[in-house]
Amino acid sequence: METVMEHPERWASALGGAALVVWGAQKLSRERRPVGALLATTGAGLIWRSARTDTRARLAGPRGTLVEESVAINRAPEDLYAFWRNLERLPTIMPQLASVESAGDRRSHWVANAPARWRTEWYAELINDIPSQLIAWRTVEGSDLVSAGSVHFEPGPVGRGTVVRIRLQYDPPGGALGTALAWVFGDEPSQVLREALRRFKQLMETGEIPTTEGQPRGQR
Amino acid sequence: MKALVWHGKNDVRVERVPDPKILNPRDAIVKVTSTAICGSDLHLLDGFIPTMKSGDILGHEFMGEVVEVGKGNHKLKVGDRVVVPFTIACGSCFFCERQMWSLCDNSNPNARMVEELYGFSGSALFGYSHMMGGYAGGQAQYVRVPYADVGPMKVPDHLADEQVLFLTDIFPTGYMAAENCSIQQGDIIAVWGCGPVGQMAIASALMLGAEKVVAIDSVPARLRMAARLGSVETINFENEDVFDRLKQLTAGRGPDACIEAVGLEAHGATLDAYYDRSKRRRSSPPIGRPRYGRRFRRAGRVGRYPSPACTGAFSTRCRSAPRSARA
Repeated sequence: METVMEHPERWASALGGAALVVWGAQKLSRERRPVGALLATTGAGLIWRSARTDTRARLAGPRGTLVEESVAINRAPEDLYAFWRNLERLPTIMPQLASVESAGDRRSHWVANAPARWRTEWYAELINDIPSQLIAWRTVEGSDLVSAGSVHFEPGPVGRGTVVRIRLQYDPPGGALGTALAWVFGDEPSQVLREALRRFKQLMETGEIPTTEGQPRGQR
Repeated sequence: MKALVWHGKNDVRVERVPDPKILNPRDAIVKVTSTAICGSDLHLLDGFIPTMKSGDILGHEFMGEVVEVGKGNHKLKVGDRVVVPFTIACGSCFFCERQMWSLCDNSNPNARMVEELYGFSGSALFGYSHMMGGYAGGQAQYVRVPYADVGPMKVPDHLADEQVLFLTDIFPTGYMAAENCSIQQGDIIAVWGCGPVGQMAIASALMLGAEKVVAIDSVPARLRMAARLGSVETINFENEDVFDRLKQLTAGRGPDACIEAVGLEAHGATLDAYYDRSKRRRSSPPIGRPRYGRRFRRAGRVGRYPSPACTGAFSTRCRSAPRSARA
């Protein structure tokens, strides 16, 4: 269980938020400047952020960001494992990835569409591979991005499919600052993972990913 | 093709738009022969449902002829006559396997939007806002039907459109409300609201063996129509006290089950209606007006499980609603 004390970032966010609220309120009341309202609102937002304790608001610690998400999928563990074992198919469920290509001998070359259209690339190697149960990888030394990830496949209760649990630990481009910016703007890595798992579930359960891209509509 | 396009509050127009195409392997394209307007379309028309965008094609009750089939669809073929359910179901998730199609895990590409609002997402719907999937609807000459090997029902030639069109939404919605009442011999069922869903619920309750149905509304023509369905007593709530009259009709015991068939935007001039309206102004997205849902809870008899059955559209947040179910 996380507590507020464990997160210096939360304290910083709460204190910074409080300062903004006070500053904004002063501007508004003494100088009658509307920008004060904006400052106060931003401050209130920061305080709210700091008070959130759910897993979505995990911050960058000394070893980067850790996110974990899971989903139940109505397929056998071996089918789900087979998809992940072929990492080249990952961009299908993760549009943030431009490509993943095999580089031989347990290695793969990943290219991602990073924020602001920067492309980031790295090499990863498989560090654990237990058929139908677990796949784990980490970036090789010298990559732009330091990351490690694992996907576990566990049979759920009878008739409830397979529980797929994905853990990702990473130090994004821009380091802690990049994470903090992504956090402020709401581009949360756990949301990215949840959407990837959703598309994975859709693909594995129905054979396709539902879309409305390309359907007719009237003038906007 | 021509389609009914939403442009904003109380602004819908028939316009020329591009024809739909197959986008996924299990899709089919249906040439619409009949389509209906649902009571829930009114919530779109008057801007009550969030996440609509100008340009959206409306319509979720339609049927027609299959004119194109995706290469992954092995159930339909060109020329089939089909009636299409308004809920889009994948057929292979946990919920679809248990025939709870309207809760399909997979059909909504925008499930995230619903999760932010309600916690969980149900299935996608045709022509019913972006949070419900953003799929173009069937008040159009042609419509793309995703997962078309699951939902669409083939219609034999000897049945006319008018005999089967209600299978898209309105009949199953009323039927499910009656089904949820677990009707037993001798039961008296009260139905609030005698619009189309109410009429279907009344007919279904009688079909499922109710001894008598009490139909409640304020529109004389609707009450007359309900009375023609069979063993039906009517209450016009503007002339009579519903609670007293229900007691009278059930020898003081109260109805064995109650069905709510009014839904989201109930009209009325009682205190709780004003409460709902004041809430609505202050909140975004809007809060529904489930006053009939609250009302029937008092009227149903004690010791009955399952208790009240809800139907109709409770699609926005309804604080103070006893239970909201999308049928």
